[in-house]
Amino acid sequence: MRYTLTHLKELESEAIYVMREVFAQFENPAILFSGGKDSIVLTHLAKKAFYPGKIPFPLMHIDTGHNFPETIEFRDNLIKELGCELIVGSVQESIDTGAVQEETGKNASRNALQTTTLLDAIEANNIDAAMGGARRDEEKARAKERFFSHRDDFGQWDPKHQRPELWNLFNGKKNMGEHFRVFPISNWTEMDVWQYILHENIAIPSLYIAHERQVVWRNNAWLPVSEFITVEEHEKIETKQVRFRTLGDITITGGIESDADTLEKIVQEVASARQTERGNRADDKRGETAMEDRKKQGYF
Amino acid sequence: MSDSYLDMQLLRFTTAGSVDDGKSTLIGRLLYDSKSIFEDQLDAVESSSKKRGVDHVDLALLTDGLRDEREQGITIDVAYRYFATPKRKFIIADTPGHIQYTRNMVTGASTANLALILVDARNGVVEQTCRHSFIASLLQIPHLVVCINKMDLVDYSEQRFEEIVEQYKAFAAKLNVSDIRFVPISALHGDNVVNRSENTPWYNGETLLHTLETIHIDSDQDHVNARFPVQTVIRPKSDKYHDYRGYAGRIAGGVYKPGDKVTVLPSGFTSKIKSIDSYTESLSEAFAPMSVTITLEDDIDISRGDMIVRPNNQPEVLQDLDVMLCWLNNKSAQPRAKYTLRHTTNEARCMIKEVLYKVNINTLHRIEDDKEIGMNDIVRVKMRVTKPLFVDAYNDNRNTGSIILVDESTNETVAAGMIRL
Repeated sequence: MRYTLTHLKELESEAIYVMREVFAQFENPAILFSGGKDSIVLTHLAKKAFYPGKIPFPLMHIDTGHNFPETIEFRDNLIKELGCELIVGSVQESIDTGAVQEETGKNASRNALQTTTLLDAIEANNIDAAMGGARRDEEKARAKERFFSHRDDFGQWDPKHQRPELWNLFNGKKNMGEHFRVFPISNWTEMDVWQYILHENIAIPSLYIAHERQVVWRNNAWLPVSEFITVEEHEKIETKQVRFRTLGDITITGGIESDADTLEKIVQEVASARQTERGNRADDKRGETAMEDRKKQGYF
Repeated sequence: MSDSYLDMQLLRFTTAGSVDDGKSTLIGRLLYDSKSIFEDQLDAVESSSKKRGVDHVDLALLTDGLRDEREQGITIDVAYRYFATPKRKFIIADTPGHIQYTRNMVTGASTANLALILVDARNGVVEQTCRHSFIASLLQIPHLVVCINKMDLVDYSEQRFEEIVEQYKAFAAKLNVSDIRFVPISALHGDNVVNRSENTPWYNGETLLHTLETIHIDSDQDHVNARFPVQTVIRPKSDKYHDYRGYAGRIAGGVYKPGDKVTVLPSGFTSKIKSIDSYTESLSEAFAPMSVTITLEDDIDISRGDMIVRPNNQPEVLQDLDVMLCWLNNKSAQPRAKYTLRHTTNEARCMIKEVLYKVNINTLHRIEDDKEIGMNDIVRVKMRVTKPLFVDAYNDNRNTGSIILVDESTNETVAAGMIRL
């Protein structure tokens, strides 16, 4: 017998440990659930961590109102299967109440508006630890994140004064009104996530798998045609076989042309990809430190 | 599709050094040659480099992601980078060379299997080399790989390489590291990094990447002394699992099997392991660092912070600790101040009772007349804890021999400690 774990088992074990620490150290944690593959993996890990008990956290979805219908259907089915509580923070509501103002223009998006809705939902539900599926390999500001990441009473991240994190000893101490963001799959890469989904046979929304769809070419990606985007005169609507490498708000999530129609093919495609998965996300292209700037305000 | 990804292991390593040592170049080469840098990342780095008036592609910009880091051209914090080969997945904890050096290196080293130490072949072993190596030894990183870099600038001289190896060995005799290897490389030209170099026919050892891919890490965890700190208790109270009572945690040492006789600390009650559960699976054995749920034959009162061990192999139960402490905060340690202490899944309060000495990390000399504890200091102290802890010497088990201290007014993690017995 060799006492050794595969890399996936070791990452899984680490993530489960982190989630159990969250359960033990906080009063009222929640899983931030976007319907994307990372939060689906996170939810799967939570299921494993507390089995045969139920997941002891609610799932919290920040709904921009600009969804892929497939995402919402997937979310509702999953909630039913898990028997968890679902909390929805609605960006539309934040707009209606005047808490935020909708962007206008061709590249308008509700991405930045989510921050206000997210922080409001955290406060309204007394969430003291919000677990997210962000990974350090995704983006350079996220590469600096801790597993347990402190947020002040304005929900802000102070990247220059982060608590050092050593061994497996996590410090979740905070004052009233502050909260933590926790990232159990910090050390996973896109490849790890896909290999894990394949190995564990985890259900994912069909959007990740190659399918035919009406799209327009914008910002170097195939943007899905939906009621939420305005197609300009010079833009041509085409039908392409595409899939999405990340899922976000439908107005900013670009697809890639692909014939990967099975999980195995997706893993192969990811292995040979020469572009990062967020390369098709318009929200990261608003300047060199777009992610850091949003994160400091309280973004995911 | 091949299932080879199910044979991959995870290796965590730390790199230390300044840009001048060629550290960024080396990491860049490992990432680039293993095809872990994406085109859009490279494009972004190229355009950022140009914007800053740098004439080469500055790979540090790949992970110096924060605005302040990019503006000042410095690395503020530990950056984690990832790459994989068909054999292993690697996590690099890349620690900055100058700013908050000790704090960052200690953080990065705490989870590493291996440390890469870079030496400039022209300069040989310098103060910084000693500092890196001392911290690697202090944090008990199991393997050290000394990369003697810029061999191209010393004409790939075997004699120069051997000189530096001897220099290093003389210094390392004072350290507590069992596995040290030396590789002559040129990160810039790629010699002996991924591919064996024709410029060093006298070198019969492995390339750096081959070493990283094959170095034996199964023994980095303690598989002898069984230690299971309980994280939380799982009680579903559902119809199907009405009486289920599982102790969830991550094995910190040893091997557990159903049927094993166990003792629970601190109560001292004994029982037998009924099952070791991992989701829907029941395991025939489990070992560090697996996260599992253990059920016992008897109903005993067990809660978070307790430890399940073997009756004939128990950790020390101590309230007075002898600790090597690294101070990580701008606010100095106050004499007789109380701190919150975290050890495995346990929490207690503690007080630093006595400072024995401070270590000069460049010379390893003990400083006995300076008892102030400030940022980046490494000090040996005596501590008193409000309740007994179940500890091993850090040198025997990093999981049960490590502690952190939390300031009770700021909630910040102010120190990391390694327990000595």
